[in-house]
Amino acid sequence: MSVETGGLTAKLEEAVVAAPDHGGMSTALRRNLSSPWASALVIFITILWTIPTFGLLVTSLRPAADANSTGWWTAFTNPNFTLSNYSEVLNGGNTIPGGIAPYFINSFVISIPAALIPLTLALMAAYALAWVPFRYSTAVFLAIFALQVVPLQMALLPLLQMFNKGWTIGNIPIIPPIKDTPLHLLAASGGANFAPLWIAHTMFALPLAIFLLHNFISQLPKDLFEAARVDGASHFLIFRKLVLPLSVPAIASFAIFQFLWVWNDLLVGLTFAGGTADVAPITVYLSNIQGTYGAALHLTTAGAFIAILVPLAVFFALQRFFVRGLLAGSVKG
Amino acid sequence: MSVPVRRRTAAVVGGVAAALLLAACGSSSSSSGTSGSPAASNTDPACADYAAYGSHPGTTVSLFTSILPPEQQKYETAWKQFESCTGITVKYEGSNSFESQLPTRVAGGNAPDIALIPQPGLLAQMVKTGAVKAPPQAVSDNVDKYWNPQWKTYGTVNGTFYAAPNSANMKSFVWYSPSLFKAKGYTVPTTWDQLWTLSDKMAADGIKPWCGGVGSGTATGWLATDWLEETVLRQSGGDVYDKWISHDIKFDSPEITKAMDTLAGWMKNDKYVNAGIGNVASIATTTFQNGGKPILDSKCGMYQQASFYAAQWPSFKASVKIAADGDVFAFYLPSIDPSKKAVEGGGEFVAAFADRPEVQSFQTFLSSPLYADIKVKEGGWVSANNGVPLTDYTDDISKLSAQYLTDPNALFRFDASDLMPAAVGSGAEWTQLTAWFAENKPTKDVLDAIDAAWPSS
Repeated sequence: MSVETGGLTAKLEEAVVAAPDHGGMSTALRRNLSSPWASALVIFITILWTIPTFGLLVTSLRPAADANSTGWWTAFTNPNFTLSNYSEVLNGGNTIPGGIAPYFINSFVISIPAALIPLTLALMAAYALAWVPFRYSTAVFLAIFALQVVPLQMALLPLLQMFNKGWTIGNIPIIPPIKDTPLHLLAASGGANFAPLWIAHTMFALPLAIFLLHNFISQLPKDLFEAARVDGASHFLIFRKLVLPLSVPAIASFAIFQFLWVWNDLLVGLTFAGGTADVAPITVYLSNIQGTYGAALHLTTAGAFIAILVPLAVFFALQRFFVRGLLAGSVKG
Repeated sequence: MSVPVRRRTAAVVGGVAAALLLAACGSSSSSSGTSGSPAASNTDPACADYAAYGSHPGTTVSLFTSILPPEQQKYETAWKQFESCTGITVKYEGSNSFESQLPTRVAGGNAPDIALIPQPGLLAQMVKTGAVKAPPQAVSDNVDKYWNPQWKTYGTVNGTFYAAPNSANMKSFVWYSPSLFKAKGYTVPTTWDQLWTLSDKMAADGIKPWCGGVGSGTATGWLATDWLEETVLRQSGGDVYDKWISHDIKFDSPEITKAMDTLAGWMKNDKYVNAGIGNVASIATTTFQNGGKPILDSKCGMYQQASFYAAQWPSFKASVKIAADGDVFAFYLPSIDPSKKAVEGGGEFVAAFADRPEVQSFQTFLSSPLYADIKVKEGGWVSANNGVPLTDYTDDISKLSAQYLTDPNALFRFDASDLMPAAVGSGAEWTQLTAWFAENKPTKDVLDAIDAAWPSS
């Protein structure tokens, strides 16, 4: 969770800084940001930050012997490029069993539900915490928010135990192991199951999701809700007809973040799914094609560039929501 | 995530046959697999050798290991015939975070059926959790029959035998360039003294004799522990080596200090290192993979490194020839006392976390000469199983490794750092020896710091 939160906070700041057209920014800051010096600095930092990725791209196009023996920058004085790394990663080859395809699909099967489930739960929770008056609602909200400080790594082992052995107090089963619940019906032929991954990602995502969406939903104009209630609308109707349409930017931005986070996750995937082609996500595949002694740099980089396509596509397609949703949810007006 | 429901059903269905088979596996390899279900595959003549492993159609055994592609495919090929004859499906899973994943999964109730554990220390830790199942008698018998007795002690925890060795690697090798040796008229040293005469001669000829690198990401320093172990084993013998592992002899003892001094005159000697790379400190910053590269360029004479380094050469030069008359080859790091052939090695151990009949059947197969021989013939793999004829090795370096590893008279010892507690063997010893090279930290401080890191319990 800490990683996610840290990343998000950084992104939030970036988004705030990168949106000069937003009304909340002071004009002085805007003027400073658009000075030629600032632009030059931004360009310089952008180039600096892009160099490692560029190095990966060059490495992924070099033959194995070159990639392993000389630095990527030498490729320009002594050009020798090939697409064979990509074809090996896509189709499998001498050094790796099978291609990237099943893992690519696994990553989608993991990421999409792992983004939609917490989004649905968090939306409902956020609405209830913001607009349904009940005792201790602030305390509940604070408690959920505080859960963000629990490091994900600490929860891995207890969660794994819960999935496999269930959880009992004394002899009373509180939570049955997954194999005794209807969830085991989702298991693939080899007994592999995505359900633990969805549950784990949902758990880790909820505190931040509720926090972000609550901030957004609680800022919606109060008059709307009062008018709707005077007209006799139920909570469900208000949620469906008012909150959902108005929250689209926040929903979209959280969905993108959660999707990208799950797509790029290695630790949770490795712990709950293992490394077999039935369930393992693309990140586990990437880490495994390095080889026992970490010598297959050319393959890892090629695989990484195939894996990167999805986050890039998602980001560019939904960039608009990204900045708007975050600002809307984070800047108190 | 494996859901054991199916397995449990399979185990119940095959219950009676399973019990019989267990007995069949346990008694001796001579009993045929007739107690199993009369599967058609068993009548296949190619399956004659596999009769002892019974028939377990529709069962699955999961295997967890740190060995990744391309070695993975070779393993899968090696038990293909076993799978088709017994009906067992082996589900291979490799991970380069094996050492941290295995304890997590065992504690989380998601243990694999079989794990190939490279560190006896990790094996002992797993046994402590109570999750490791003792193997059938047939495995124990195989190990007694086919391995140097020293190997069995590494698979034994608190007097109970748990794990048979899988592959073995030979650590007591020195890589060199036969073409350079030929051009300069050097001969391969066969005694400890000759090794240093040769080093001095190379230095006088203007070629630095030794190169090396101990960099290995978060495991930086492991190769330096190997250098120290080789020296201790040669100078002070097996007893001191064993007491060193149990900390009855401390790092800050005359024996280990003496070994450090010898090592300082070898890998920290300005006249000797770091050939083709830089100064002494560059040993700490060079990766172990790149440490031997100057040998190919004839800029470096020798690199003390294990047999598995053979896999590294083709990444420098695709057409490299690894042979006594080729581009690179290795010779045995000579013993000081010629009557005791000191050999240091490493390897993995086959630990089972389940005792279902199909798991035991596979476990027994992995300890057999039948399996080792198939695997050896695929090349690039060494077993210390002496049931494999040396002539079956397809490459020279594996053959040379096996020659030393299966030698019943060798003073064989396992990599000491893999046997020490993790806080030392994969912690303080790595970091302190790295500092010894990188910062020229005084020997006494280094040894004291490692002793201080030894867990008190």
